[in-house]
Amino acid sequence: MPIEPDSVSDVARGLRETGYLPGESTALVSYLAAKLGKPVLVEGPAGVGKTELAKALSRYLERRLVRLQCYEGLDEAKALYEWNYRKQLLRIQTEQAGAGWDAVQDDIFSADFLLQRPLMEAIASEDPVVLLIDEIDKTDQEFEAMLLELLSDFQISIPELGRIDARTQPVVILTSNNSRELTEALKRRCLYLWLDYPELDLELEIVRLHSPELDETVARKLVEVVHQVRALDLKKPPSIAESIDWARALLLLGARDIDAQTFRDTMSIVVKHRTDLDTVAERIGMKLGGLADAQRA
Amino acid sequence: MPSAPEPDSFPGQLLRFAEELREEGLAVGTSELLDAFSALEEVPWTERADMRETLAATLAKSQEDRRIFDVLFERFFFRQAEAEAVRQDVREEGGIDPSGAQLVDVDALRAQIAAAIREGNEGAMRDLARLAIAAFGRQGEGSGVIGVDVQRIRRALELRAEPQPDLPPDDPRAEGLPREGIRDFEAHLRRELERATIERTRKLPPARPLNELDRALPSGPLADLAQVHRIVAQLKRRLATQGHEQRGRKRHAHVDVRRTMRASLQTGGVPIVVKTRPRRPRRPEILVLCDVSTSVTSASVFFLSVLHALHDAFRKLRSFVFIERISEVTEIFERERNFKAVNEAIGRDAGVADISGYTDYGRVWEEFLAQIEDDLHPRATVIVLGDARTNGREPRADLFAQVAERAGRTFWLNPEPRLYWNYGDSVIAAYERHCEAFECWTTSQLEDFVKALTRPVAGAAP
Repeated sequence: MPIEPDSVSDVARGLRETGYLPGESTALVSYLAAKLGKPVLVEGPAGVGKTELAKALSRYLERRLVRLQCYEGLDEAKALYEWNYRKQLLRIQTEQAGAGWDAVQDDIFSADFLLQRPLMEAIASEDPVVLLIDEIDKTDQEFEAMLLELLSDFQISIPELGRIDARTQPVVILTSNNSRELTEALKRRCLYLWLDYPELDLELEIVRLHSPELDETVARKLVEVVHQVRALDLKKPPSIAESIDWARALLLLGARDIDAQTFRDTMSIVVKHRTDLDTVAERIGMKLGGLADAQRA
Repeated sequence: MPSAPEPDSFPGQLLRFAEELREEGLAVGTSELLDAFSALEEVPWTERADMRETLAATLAKSQEDRRIFDVLFERFFFRQAEAEAVRQDVREEGGIDPSGAQLVDVDALRAQIAAAIREGNEGAMRDLARLAIAAFGRQGEGSGVIGVDVQRIRRALELRAEPQPDLPPDDPRAEGLPREGIRDFEAHLRRELERATIERTRKLPPARPLNELDRALPSGPLADLAQVHRIVAQLKRRLATQGHEQRGRKRHAHVDVRRTMRASLQTGGVPIVVKTRPRRPRRPEILVLCDVSTSVTSASVFFLSVLHALHDAFRKLRSFVFIERISEVTEIFERERNFKAVNEAIGRDAGVADISGYTDYGRVWEEFLAQIEDDLHPRATVIVLGDARTNGREPRADLFAQVAERAGRTFWLNPEPRLYWNYGDSVIAAYERHCEAFECWTTSQLEDFVKALTRPVAGAAP
């Protein structure tokens, strides 16, 4: 039976139990989304856990996750529904002799001949689901306009069939990397959540959660270094996922401390551009080396 | 019909807050407000942070909006509380007591403040800000301008982000303080000073609109490189997606035979749906002329770097800088990827200032016409970036008209706010007759311009 949260702290606790550590506003907005039944638009840099939030919500609320990955050129045939024309053709051919045009026409435009795509699946489902519309900014504006009906009224109008209303109300999460400005109309229908890189302590907790065997002091130092790297002017700053990867790598290597040598060897896990590597090696590597020398002296 | 809410009731206040948000340019519609009210029913909004997050989630729908929202939220509810205090004649207990100032050990105070900033302890910072005002603020005879007082107190406290090695190593300031912490502390100082002023004068100062400069382009040319790059990166991505958007919408004449045949398989080989070939977006040839005299340097170098970051989007890009005469710098940008090096190279090699170092537009047009004669044709776009301040010299708008006539499109970017146009020695009006002039001193204006630039021209050859 799907869970109905009663308070913000309920949501925060629930998300924690599924292995997602929400910031304060994340828990609050998730709670509002479940209570008000409004979609949430989540924006933020790559790799801060936007998609992960939807997955965690589906685990916590014990709802199935229906995912629509957006890309350029995505259209309603792939997102909403499509007529199964092969089946329609077969139907017409088998009845060629007998039935009149009207009967056949009514017949082939019925729910049996409809192929459900993710959006329709989400609102037609018997049990309430979590609907994730990932990277909405990759689509074009027409697609956004098409979503409006679904997002505000949870219904889909099919010209040949009429209106299909939601059986159950899904929790909808839209994510965007902010690569283009979304339309006002879409934003108006959503709650807005900006996810940023987490504070040092929260990220430390996240890293510890994912690799609990890692020594506490190493983990702290790792997170501090990642924060310093993010403060630099890089093409692609490291994400949370990359901190976690790095923690796992250090664990495998059995590192007791992050000194200049270890850092240089494993740096490529968090920094992934040729020019970024140089910058980071110069700025952070130097600092770590200096620290190590100071400790030795 | 229900009656309008009382102005002092909670809904009334929220509406006033929404009104302030609208004045700062946030699109707060009725539907957003309804959402805000229904969301507040679900959340125990006696917690300040919860209430702020709830309102932000329903009213501020972009990162930019969120920043403005935070500033306004602080200001609005601070003012509400103070207004209430003035009306009920409440004076805060333990208010700043100037007579106690002598008792404060100044050195201990400095160390305590530094420690609080390092730890990011908000409560301690607030209390210490009051103490600092009492100790250094010359209560009652402050300069009257809060910003000046804040800076004076900060200097007196010797709070710096840089390490101060001559201090003893156990002093928290020795390694330098986090910049954000110092900013937070300044905010506390500011608020406490405001509170003290309100308490003294027993009335609220008028609310002033947010400073537009908060949103201006990074001003010092090298002040915040990372920020410049972030803006450029974002512009680039937006432009990349924009081209595609345009591609889908237009109807074209060219039939794509292969795709049409493939589509016809669905209809038993009868080509019912005709597929057309996508139109290549127009890639303009661009000539940029940039004023690099001291009055506009930061804006122009920033702008040049944006253009060069975007050079994939153009067929050809030649850039020139000018002060008294012009000089081509295309190569410098191709060679140097580093913003700082570009800036230095332009300063060193371009040799654009002859004697006075003042812009001479007349001479610039003359030389420009001579140098790029061959490149000026209807497919070319000319962009001029400058403040059109001639220092009293001849504007020679007739020569500029010749340039504009022979080029396909001509844009003028003025890094000054429109308010200052045509004041003093600015002659932008003379040039504006021959081109499209844009104000360009915030990132969003720059983005608008880049959009206008990359927009396909109606009727242009494919």
